[in-house]
Amino acid sequence: MSLDEFFVTGDPMILASQIAIGLTMVGLIALITYLKKWKWLWTEWFTTVDHKKIGIMYILAGVLMFFRGGVDGLLMKAQTSRPELGFLDAQHYDEIFTTHGVIMILFMAMPMLIGIMNVVVPLQIGARDVAFPKLNALSFWLFFAGAMLFNVSFVIGGSPDAGWTSYFPLAGKEFTPGVGNNYYAIALQIAGIGTLATGINFVVTIIKMRAPGMSWMKMPIFTWTSLVTSIIIVAAFPIFTVALAYMSLDRLFGTHFFTVAAGGDPMLWLNLFWLWGHPEVYIVVLPAFGMFSEVIATFARKNLYGYKSMVFAVAGIAFLSMLVWVHHFYTMGNSAAVNSIFSLTTMMIAIPTGVKIFNWLFTLRKGRIEFSTSMLWALAFIPCFTIGGVTGVMLAMAAADYQYHNTMFLVAHFHYVLIPGVVFAVFAALYYWWPKMFGFKLNEKIGKWHFWLFVIGFNFTFMPMFFVGLDGMSRRMYTYSESTGWGAWLGFSAVGSLIMAAGFAALCYNIYWSFRYASRDVGSDPWNGRTLEWATASPAPHYNFAVVPEVEKLDDFWYKKKEGKLGLKKSDLKSVHMPSNSWTPVFLGVAFGIVGFFLVFEWFTLAIISSVLIVIGLVANSFDYDDGYHIPVDELEKEEREWRGELK
Amino acid sequence: MKAIKRGVLLLTLLAIPLILAGCDSKLIVFDPKGPIARSLTDLIVYSIIFMLVIVVVVFVLFGYIVWKYRAKPGDGNFEPKEEKGNHVLEIIWFVIPIIIVIALMVPTVKTIYEVEDVPQGYEEEEPLVIHVTSADWKWIFSYPDQDIETVNYVNIPADHPVQFKMTSAGTMQSFWVPELAGQKYTMANMQTKLYMVADMPGSYYGRNTNFNGQGYAHMEFEVQAMTNEDFNEWVQEVKNTANDLTEEEYAELLEPTIIGRKTYNQTHLQWIDHAHGGSEKYLNPEMYRITHGDEEHSEEENTDNESEDEQADIETEEEATDSVSHEEHAHH
Repeated sequence: MSLDEFFVTGDPMILASQIAIGLTMVGLIALITYLKKWKWLWTEWFTTVDHKKIGIMYILAGVLMFFRGGVDGLLMKAQTSRPELGFLDAQHYDEIFTTHGVIMILFMAMPMLIGIMNVVVPLQIGARDVAFPKLNALSFWLFFAGAMLFNVSFVIGGSPDAGWTSYFPLAGKEFTPGVGNNYYAIALQIAGIGTLATGINFVVTIIKMRAPGMSWMKMPIFTWTSLVTSIIIVAAFPIFTVALAYMSLDRLFGTHFFTVAAGGDPMLWLNLFWLWGHPEVYIVVLPAFGMFSEVIATFARKNLYGYKSMVFAVAGIAFLSMLVWVHHFYTMGNSAAVNSIFSLTTMMIAIPTGVKIFNWLFTLRKGRIEFSTSMLWALAFIPCFTIGGVTGVMLAMAAADYQYHNTMFLVAHFHYVLIPGVVFAVFAALYYWWPKMFGFKLNEKIGKWHFWLFVIGFNFTFMPMFFVGLDGMSRRMYTYSESTGWGAWLGFSAVGSLIMAAGFAALCYNIYWSFRYASRDVGSDPWNGRTLEWATASPAPHYNFAVVPEVEKLDDFWYKKKEGKLGLKKSDLKSVHMPSNSWTPVFLGVAFGIVGFFLVFEWFTLAIISSVLIVIGLVANSFDYDDGYHIPVDELEKEEREWRGELK
Repeated sequence: MKAIKRGVLLLTLLAIPLILAGCDSKLIVFDPKGPIARSLTDLIVYSIIFMLVIVVVVFVLFGYIVWKYRAKPGDGNFEPKEEKGNHVLEIIWFVIPIIIVIALMVPTVKTIYEVEDVPQGYEEEEPLVIHVTSADWKWIFSYPDQDIETVNYVNIPADHPVQFKMTSAGTMQSFWVPELAGQKYTMANMQTKLYMVADMPGSYYGRNTNFNGQGYAHMEFEVQAMTNEDFNEWVQEVKNTANDLTEEEYAELLEPTIIGRKTYNQTHLQWIDHAHGGSEKYLNPEMYRITHGDEEHSEEENTDNESEDEQADIETEEEATDSVSHEEHAHH
């Protein structure tokens, strides 16, 4: 392979990105060296096993990926804003919608949600960390290695170009012989291993590490949704692992699982992909439901209405999520009976979802609704998501889907589900839990700019897509002729996407502004919260709780707060056992990234040689006898006094 | 206050498509020109009415609650009462969606079965069978009984049932004629079937909806419905004037190109039916290799003498699209 094939050449935009990436990297390294921050980065972040820091790194990566995926989206909107524009060619557009989808789902939504789960779940259940802190760090670094490997594709070798669903036979070597789709197979596999480990970690954490007295029905709703999501991860991700393994074998070693030739079955890929892919939708949406529930209850100053039915609704959605995958290909020529059954299972999801919507409405009813930025996101979610939901029911009707399938109507629908359902939730959660992570609030005034720009921009961007879809525009078209009459709709939509982008810029500015100027005096419980994470300092100390709290009922913290039963007895303090930092997770992340890169280019000798790094990491990890350290009582006392004042 | 404004804004925004859809059928999906598409449209309109009711109920409840129970400066230390939930209410909003699902399921299943069969009123007539073979990036239509083949357009008799037997020579596509029949996938080594009837002679827009590479956006075709006499006349004319399809020419057709319309005597079914395997004989991955950003270079490298042809073909295609599928679409 010659050098000009290795680097993507010839496109001025990509050349500019290559230069920009190079300069940014050099600049970053120079800056860190100049500030002498390498040691700090290594000891405080790269080798950390603290769930809160890992969560923050996930969120940071998610924000970065949101930027990347958002730029992809803006480029697509620019290209389709007028008929027959030549801004992007077909190939470039194909790569961009592919990376937009993959990045937004797997490298933006997933890390954002897993990041927030990481920060919040151990605190909500009164634990000191997750069950397997080092595995947690490994999960992050594998995700990060996968994300970086995937992102490097657009400057080195070429990006995947078969859509985020990567349908065979198109995604096979027969039709896409370049390295692009190898990136898809390898990068998602590496990140997927990390996600699977996260799922296992949180299932065990939530089952085994809840504070004494916190029985199932006393668990905060966000913890419930995190548990259910983790269970779906454990159930569904192995399917994707297998599918990607087949894909890698097909592409790298010439097997015929999904090929047109030699009796391969491309439709097997569709089935495996959606057997994972549909539950994946609920993996990202369920924790978001949990976040909304917490935020709505807090800012309505009321407990969550119908807590029990909420829990059952979440479990019901999770169960049904495994039984609906065929609705992604009603048009595959299934028998009428098959299509009827999957129409039914799909529509049934509307039942528990409807229950949740009404429970949220009735939580608000007779409450005292405070329009904090966090709450605004949760409120905007209800109408926007309702539109996504009802159009989902329309799509569920198999016969009608013969007209919607693969059209812009579908694209509009899933953006109306995923943006209110996931992105709004992440924003609500960031504003809500920000003080717990960093010890200061995000600015409310800039937050409202962020909110209004983003929500209005969102509706402007995606509402027109329903129309052009019903008017015969299929998805993924890089251009269309003037006579279609779609230009006006799509031009409007492109303007909306710019407003959305301005909203995102407001968020970035908000983070910057608040870091510099926001008051650091927010107290441990700035929102008058209901759950245990508000019982400890903001930002939460690395040991979370000096004394593990005991729980008597749901929203225990709320009632103890009202009864004045909070506070720490000095005599209760005992030394705290904490896990030590470890270099093996980040080392393994880098090793997987290197091996993955060589596999993408099918340089097998180099891949085998470099996989020695993985073996070294694993062996080193196995011989690691460090079983943590203890925080002495006087140190605990000192830290607790800092925010509590005198102890009892 | 702001929340209310937003609610109102959203409601208006949402109402627009529904009003447009329900009353004035300008969007192509709401403008069916045959019995099968009509039953799909009926189902869609029926479901939209339900959805509109749901949306209105949720939005009104939402707007009312958010407005009524907003925090006011005079609230002081008012502490809302805790509510565990209410069994009767919760059962009500559990049962209502179930009723809605049943109400939607019954016509859905009915329509699902309906569209998989010859449409009502046409059971007596023997459907015209047309084989559809999708390739990168064109549609090939074979008439086995008439022994003719067309590319990127298909002529059918109006007011007469047509059965499409569909397959693909490589990547997966989806055959969609929104005004006549909805859509279905075309897959190599497999056969899917789709019925279609056009009420009246006319020209109808068809396209691929399933992404299959660089030429995807241009993968359109025209369905031209004509009177029985006109159809028979056209068949005769093709038989008298069109060239025979040769195997070499067919292999060339299957190369990844964007081309205009073509008409042949005889069909490729005499050599291969892609529904039963054997497509790999015509596939050449090297033709799909991409050299980034450097198009001339890639043409030289991959298609040698093809590049000129391809250039010419793309031009034909543009003419074809102008005169064809968008004409009837220009009513917007």
